[in-house]
Amino acid sequence: MDQDLVADLYRQMLRIRRFEEEAARLYTERKIGGFLHLYIGEEAVAVGTASVLEERDYVITAYRCHGHYLARGGSARHGMAELLGKETGCSRGRGGSMHFYDLEHNFMGGWGIVGAHVPLAAGLAFAQNYKETDSVVVCFLGDGAINIGPFHEGLTLAALWKLPVVYVIENNFFAMGTPLQKTAPTEDLSIRALGYPMARDSVDGHDVFAVRSTMHTAIRRAREKRLPTLVEAKTYRYRGHSMADPAKYRTKEELEEWKKRDPILTLGEKMISLGMKETKEKIDQEIETEIADAVEFAESSPMPDPSTATDYVYV
Amino acid sequence: MREIPIRDALREAMSEEMERDPNVFLLGEEVGAYNGAYKCSRGMLDKFGPKRVIDTPICENGFAGLAIGAAMAGLRPIVEFMTFNFSLIAIDQIINTAAKARLMSGGAFTLPIVFRGAGGAAYQLAAQHANSFDSFYAYTPGLKVIAPATPYDMKGLLKSAIRDDNPVVFFESELTYSLKGPVPEEEYTIPIGAAEIKREGSDISLITWSKNLFLTQQVADDLAAEGVSPEIVDLRTLRPLDKETLLSSVAKTHRALVIQEQHEVASYGAYLAHVIQSEIMDELDAPVGLVSSLEAPMPYAKSIERIVLPSKERCLEAAWKTLEGWR
Ligand SMILES: Cc1ncc(C[n+]2csc(CCOP(=O)(O)OP(=O)(O)O)c2C)c(N)n1
Repeated sequence: MDQDLVADLYRQMLRIRRFEEEAARLYTERKIGGFLHLYIGEEAVAVGTASVLEERDYVITAYRCHGHYLARGGSARHGMAELLGKETGCSRGRGGSMHFYDLEHNFMGGWGIVGAHVPLAAGLAFAQNYKETDSVVVCFLGDGAINIGPFHEGLTLAALWKLPVVYVIENNFFAMGTPLQKTAPTEDLSIRALGYPMARDSVDGHDVFAVRSTMHTAIRRAREKRLPTLVEAKTYRYRGHSMADPAKYRTKEELEEWKKRDPILTLGEKMISLGMKETKEKIDQEIETEIADAVEFAESSPMPDPSTATDYVYV
Repeated sequence: MREIPIRDALREAMSEEMERDPNVFLLGEEVGAYNGAYKCSRGMLDKFGPKRVIDTPICENGFAGLAIGAAMAGLRPIVEFMTFNFSLIAIDQIINTAAKARLMSGGAFTLPIVFRGAGGAAYQLAAQHANSFDSFYAYTPGLKVIAPATPYDMKGLLKSAIRDDNPVVFFESELTYSLKGPVPEEEYTIPIGAAEIKREGSDISLITWSKNLFLTQQVADDLAAEGVSPEIVDLRTLRPLDKETLLSSVAKTHRALVIQEQHEVASYGAYLAHVIQSEIMDELDAPVGLVSSLEAPMPYAKSIERIVLPSKERCLEAAWKTLEGWR
């Protein structure tokens, strides 16, 4: 096994986990307003995917966006500052938790209306064909997004026009408090691909290597054959839907089952069995330092000036 | 000067801008092989090919969203809605995505995109096909909203809309696609946000936009026959509003009547009355008048469709009320 790769995947996942844990703490201290949707538990999906993307590729997602932003190379400092509504945030404090953007890394957000970003992803991919680049687009969405019109309209166009986009349903089995069985009559959400039609796959989203290999195939299909894919990644969110949700609609046992297979925990154990204990400890320490620095940066940054309340509306 | 119909003026605007910038493209239902539901894109598929003149399936949210995504990646789409009635399927993309992306990203996104098509009532299309959504879109910060009347204004403003780096909603009208007017052969553009005095006068400002300019011209003729000197302010752009032209006209005539196809409640015309009254109350000799569509979805039958829409008779009645004490 490639030790550098293992170390990097571990680092990326831990970075998201620790960022999110600090965000939760700052939220309970009332330093973060609005909705805060944490990605804790789902890190392997974003990190496995990002690890097989090129810099020139695009990523777009819904409101549970911190993990994808960080996995794409977004700065922890500017992300944390965004959560605190600071001028130094990745969206200058105008977006908040649900609307992270980092166009330098082709991270296109951060969207709050369920399913509405699915056509946007098709458009990003359309533009790659139009401009004759070989870049591809990855669009993450929740299992709650597969019943709304824009999901179907976006996939219709992606299949019809052969667009280089991979749609990844992050199936965490809940849309807010609604369990999947109540909204989708199937265990395998990727079969939705059949009708457009487009290629499909389903993967264990708690296994970062499985995600890598599934996404590698899908991304190659997009890059080389200019064809879309619908991937389902089965995963789990450990926290409530947002910080306001105590998640009483599921059992502790179910949560504990998933936690046993936690992607960060298991990869950490693997590192030790591979004799990488020192590397792991070094990474743990570096991440602590980076996240502490991010919090410090965010807390000491200025809020947007009142005189700028209507800036950034028009070019 | 040569005279051409509005549909040709629009086609010339789109074609010239597509020749000028390879990133401009047109998409929508029936825009290609069918030449456009109202033939505004006649010949464009042959000229530019299927890469740049793109027939879409019937999925307004999907193709509007796709266009926004393409704009995020540097292209400059023109989205044709067969009519704006169907834009409601895409209104989430227009209002919640296009209009807000720049603010939410702290200025990172630039979204050069035009949503254009026919708005408003035509002949007996019944309630679902006769919506006038000018006020809906004008309500939204982040959009520019243009509603011209004449072929000359249509062409010049559509060219500016395509060159603009913001999302623009551009209203046309089914009733006037065949209407002819002078349009020079030479290239020109008209700035967004500039109203035009279409008729100079001194007694009352008749304020309107879109195809109601033509109704307003009839009203003005009738008033003039009675010895009144009416001025016509054609707003052409609703957002941003050209306050200067509007207010200086009213400050001159001291009386204002707005003629709009919207329903009155929460409408653009009601906003104009507010602007006038709050900024130049002292100049007014009468309350600002407002003629709107009646508060009913558009009925089909001719005898009542005519009643719901602003008519010359209702406009004249309102004008005379606004003119009370004149002379
Ligand atoms: C169109 C729309 N309807 C309702 C909501 C409110 N809402 C926000 S998140 C959510 C649940 C979505 O669940 P899912 O897509 O599975 O994503 P997850 O939160 O699990 O990541 C709902 C109903 C919304 N944002 N957009």
